Amino acid sequence: MLRLTWLIPALPLLGFVLLALFGKRLGNPFAGWVGTFFATGSFVAAVLVFAGLYQAGGERNFEQHLFTWLPAGDFSVDIGFLVDPLSATMILFVTGIAALIHLYSIGYMHHDENFPKFFAYLNLFVFSMLMLVLGNNLLLTFLGWEGVGACSYFLISFWFQKEANASAGKKAFITNRVGDWGFMVAIFVVFLKFGSLNYSVILPAAGGLARTTATFIAVMLFVGACGKSAQIPLYIWLPDAMAGPTPVSALIHAATMVTAGVYLMVRCNAFIAASAEWVSWLIAAVGCLTAFVAAMVGTSQYDIKKVLAYSTVSQLGYMFLAVGSGAYVAAIFHMITHAFFKACLFLGSGSVIHGMGDEQDMRFMGRLQRFLPITSATFIVAWLAIAGVPPFSGFWSKDEILEFAYLKSPILGFLGLVTALITAYYMTRQVTMVFWAPARWGEHAVREEVALAPAAVVAAGEGEEADAEAAAAAEVPAGEVVTLVNGLPVEGHEAVVDPHFHPHESGPEMTIPLIVLAVLAVFGGFLNLPFTHGTEFLASWLEPAVRLGYPGGLEPEGPSPLLKVLFAAMSTLVAAAGIAYARSVFKDGDRAKAARFEPALLQDAWRYDRAVTAFMGGPGRRIFDGLAWFDRTVVDGAVNGTGVLIRSVGRGARRIQSGYVRSYALGVAVGAVVVVVLMAVRVLSF
Amino acid sequence: MSALLLASEAAGHAAESLGFPLLPALVLIPLVGALVILCIPAERDDTIRLVAVLTAIAAGATSIVLLTQFATGEPGFQFQSSATWIESLDIKLALGVDGISLFLVVLTGILFPISLLATKPDHNPKGYYFWLTALEVGCLGVFLALDLFAFFVFFELTLVPLYMLIGKWGHGRRVYAATKFFLFTMVGSVLMLVSIVAVAFAAKAGDGGTVTFDLVKIATSGRVPTGWAGALMFFGFVVAFAVKTPVFPFHTWLPDAHTEAPTAGSVDLAGVLLKLGTYGFLRFALYLFPVQAHDFAPVLLTLGVAGIIYGGAVAAMQKNLKRIVAYSSVAHMGFVVVGLFALNPQAIIGAILVMVNHGITTGALFVLLGFLYSRRHTYELSELRGIQKSAPVFAGIFTLVMLASVGLPGLNGFPGEFLVLLGTFIAHRWWAVVAAGGVIIAALYLLWAYQRVFHGTPDDANARFPDLRFSERAVMVPLILLIVGLGVYPKPLIDRMEPSVRALIVHIEEANPGWVAPTSEHGNDLSPVVVPAAASGGHEGEAEPGAGAHTATAEEGR
Repeated sequence: MLRLTWLIPALPLLGFVLLALFGKRLGNPFAGWVGTFFATGSFVAAVLVFAGLYQAGGERNFEQHLFTWLPAGDFSVDIGFLVDPLSATMILFVTGIAALIHLYSIGYMHHDENFPKFFAYLNLFVFSMLMLVLGNNLLLTFLGWEGVGACSYFLISFWFQKEANASAGKKAFITNRVGDWGFMVAIFVVFLKFGSLNYSVILPAAGGLARTTATFIAVMLFVGACGKSAQIPLYIWLPDAMAGPTPVSALIHAATMVTAGVYLMVRCNAFIAASAEWVSWLIAAVGCLTAFVAAMVGTSQYDIKKVLAYSTVSQLGYMFLAVGSGAYVAAIFHMITHAFFKACLFLGSGSVIHGMGDEQDMRFMGRLQRFLPITSATFIVAWLAIAGVPPFSGFWSKDEILEFAYLKSPILGFLGLVTALITAYYMTRQVTMVFWAPARWGEHAVREEVALAPAAVVAAGEGEEADAEAAAAAEVPAGEVVTLVNGLPVEGHEAVVDPHFHPHESGPEMTIPLIVLAVLAVFGGFLNLPFTHGTEFLASWLEPAVRLGYPGGLEPEGPSPLLKVLFAAMSTLVAAAGIAYARSVFKDGDRAKAARFEPALLQDAWRYDRAVTAFMGGPGRRIFDGLAWFDRTVVDGAVNGTGVLIRSVGRGARRIQSGYVRSYALGVAVGAVVVVVLMAVRVLSF
Repeated sequence: MSALLLASEAAGHAAESLGFPLLPALVLIPLVGALVILCIPAERDDTIRLVAVLTAIAAGATSIVLLTQFATGEPGFQFQSSATWIESLDIKLALGVDGISLFLVVLTGILFPISLLATKPDHNPKGYYFWLTALEVGCLGVFLALDLFAFFVFFELTLVPLYMLIGKWGHGRRVYAATKFFLFTMVGSVLMLVSIVAVAFAAKAGDGGTVTFDLVKIATSGRVPTGWAGALMFFGFVVAFAVKTPVFPFHTWLPDAHTEAPTAGSVDLAGVLLKLGTYGFLRFALYLFPVQAHDFAPVLLTLGVAGIIYGGAVAAMQKNLKRIVAYSSVAHMGFVVVGLFALNPQAIIGAILVMVNHGITTGALFVLLGFLYSRRHTYELSELRGIQKSAPVFAGIFTLVMLASVGLPGLNGFPGEFLVLLGTFIAHRWWAVVAAGGVIIAALYLLWAYQRVFHGTPDDANARFPDLRFSERAVMVPLILLIVGLGVYPKPLIDRMEPSVRALIVHIEEANPGWVAPTSEHGNDLSPVVVPAAASGGHEGEAEPGAGAHTATAEEGR
């Protein structure tokens, strides 16, 4: 059954080709079903391959070679696949979630005029992601890496007529390219040292590298991972990426693509093991800091998807904390459970947005549990999972990370625990605002008539809605009366202001994936229960793939039973505290009270994105402008100036132009004669 | 191209045994075509177009035949033919093709018909088609010539047609652009002529003391001067090729020439003519002057890297689409120069791949820009917006070509760029680390331009932008197939060029005693590791299905 490996990426590739060529003719919704069919087929093939690998026993390491892609001199790279416990685990959850999200998209994208194109891109994405995961060498992983980046670009700017979406797509691609630079440099060093890029060659031999070389490789790979997996300082593209359709956010920007960096680090853990110790500290620190910083931002966002976006950044930080702490299994474990509950949350938010008539601002929601029973039930399950409530999946995986982080350094463990508290808080805030707080749409929307005087606006500009009010003020003449709904001007929010509006539950194509993912979010933790070695299924399954990452090949001593119990108790306590506190703040829907907990600095995401944008638009752009000026005036000026100089300056464009021609010709002639004479003298004297 | 090669593997080398003079035919077909066009009355413009297109297709078909008959694995020149021109100076019309020039010949053969089919001139078709056909004579001649003098003549022969094409059928400041192009290149050419004469007289053909212009004879004579005389001659060539390529800081003629040139001129200029310069580097600077090429490599590497970063940065700030693509060519040619002077197999193979694939992608970009111009009569970014809405097919093809140009793996731009960077890293690592930054900038300027042209809400004129017609799509099909095909399976190209590249490197090694082309360390200086029991290292050569698997071999069949 392992021979079917090539089918796993081939099926979505075929789907892409069919949809790209005939998508228009297949139409809506048939194109969607075709796309779903190929994604599902890929999942079936993945299951068969997984079963084949399971039966194979022993080292469980299978390579399939298709053809030689790039041979040059002593360099040679194949299109070939590596199926080992790590990649088998990845393909299973990637294709499984992809199939569910394809199905969901049939409902979600129903009204879109570019419906077939959407599924073509989705299939192309699945293909690229599978190449990334299955590739048996670094370069093939890089191919998938770039491929998912391109698909991400297509899909973020899918609704390209909005300038913001187009910019977000471009930003994602270019920020990722900064990381790709690191990845490429790492590839060069690996080839220089080993003469090969095949995992089966380089990973076992990595331990023999000089320490500085291994350190360099590991750091460069980590730079690449920071780009793709949205870690500090390269995370800024991910929140903007929410401009894409929600299924894209769920599949690409939560469950699969953004975890590619974690996969890369786990795959190449042999290099981390061989490098200087500060590398693992760096990874753990960056992960821990990202987790904390992004979680803080999540507490103050209003856009339902923005909260989830920062939450994703934060959870990815946990995974890197795990990698840095040497807990590779925990990283993969959390990657899987996160894929379940975060995909469920994103798809749930999509269902909410859909049911609310394209409303994304949580301040215009509330009471939705009554209208969207399935969506709210699944969302609540996923919320409990991410908040770390036992026995939901997130509890188990997060706890394992925290324990290892504690063993690495108590400070990391403590910060991780604080982040867990914040996570429980902001997710509870979201669930409360969306599903339980008093309704703030339709006839329940809170209206106020405000007389806007420019001075008042400026004064209010310090407050939380500075941007919105300033925008409103710009269009409103001084002294005019403006209707604010829930504190925002009505424009752009007509749907929720309509008193006859009622949210509606989504159709079965959308609710079935939600239910499946919710079930997985509940039981995902059973993959790796920390009671005995016998229940740590994932750990024993992944053991061959992570063994190389342990210095000397010896697995470090894990947390003691006492520590496990201690952390389980603490994180349960922390989750309960976060939930209870957020509920007390947000349950009655009092915006004035809530606003005190949403400081402007956090709404603005620590002003980091703004600072980067300002730098790029300011000094960064001026450097480029300066080069362009240099090219026009100095380089080209020197050329034109030569002509002008010789013939002395003429006035008027025409005269300069014709003067330039003749004078230049003269220069050429004189120069040529001089050189010819010089050379002739030299040559004839031979 | 890949498929064609595969299909032809069985055909063998029939043409060589038939004795059909393929290479003279390649040069003569467009020459005869150009003469025929001269004889047709100017009013019969349909006939003229037909003759021009058929001529280009015939030359293209001949180049494909050449490709199928080419003996893979042969390092030397094939299909050689020679006719004496000036006996006393041993100047011959000697033609030959090896793995280095083969794909440039084929590229020329493919791009010319496409550039002819893509657009029509707005006036005086007779002159237009005559000059385009004449241009092809020069280009093919340059790639095939094995005689320094003949090379020079063909090299110069390309000047006049392009000057006329830009000056007469161009846009805006066409005379300024054409003149600038002409004078710039002339300066370089004059220096090269001096160097050619000098090196010929200096070498005096190792065999008998008579003067010769035979490239191989001079290169293998061992009497190419070293020291300052050799350096002067080397730089005579280098300046000529640096202008033609163009290498930073000799590049400012290119944006002007591109902006004002008609579509076909831009396609051929970017696709083929820039490669005359880089091909010259390879064939003359490296082959004739191996000592100087080795000694002065850091200079050219630095200029190449500067071109990559500088070209990209300046491209980002341009407001005219053609200027963006022109500066992107400066950056791509920077990759070629870096690869050539890294002097190892990966980098040089990569550089040739970049030459070929840049011809395809940039040719395709200019064809697309031609389609755009025919609809909107502008290349200014400020005039264009939201075109993707009304022309999705156009936008889709543009996206594909753009991503190929950005160097997305799986498309044709990647293999060459990657091999250049890889090879350069092995030889001169910090240059490669900086040059790799070029991939970030490439994404920046192209995606930014794409956003401004295709994204957003279209205004009046852009909302009525007609999508590609059937004939226009048909022109793009071969280019798209090449872009995808050569990205997925570049091996047939590499297989054919590698022996020649290796021979060239051996030649350089022999000329520089004690110097060996840098290669990977193959794990030689790794300290022995205690490998955990099962993870024994395989070798990539054995990675065949089943054989490469370490453990699952027995079970996989189930």
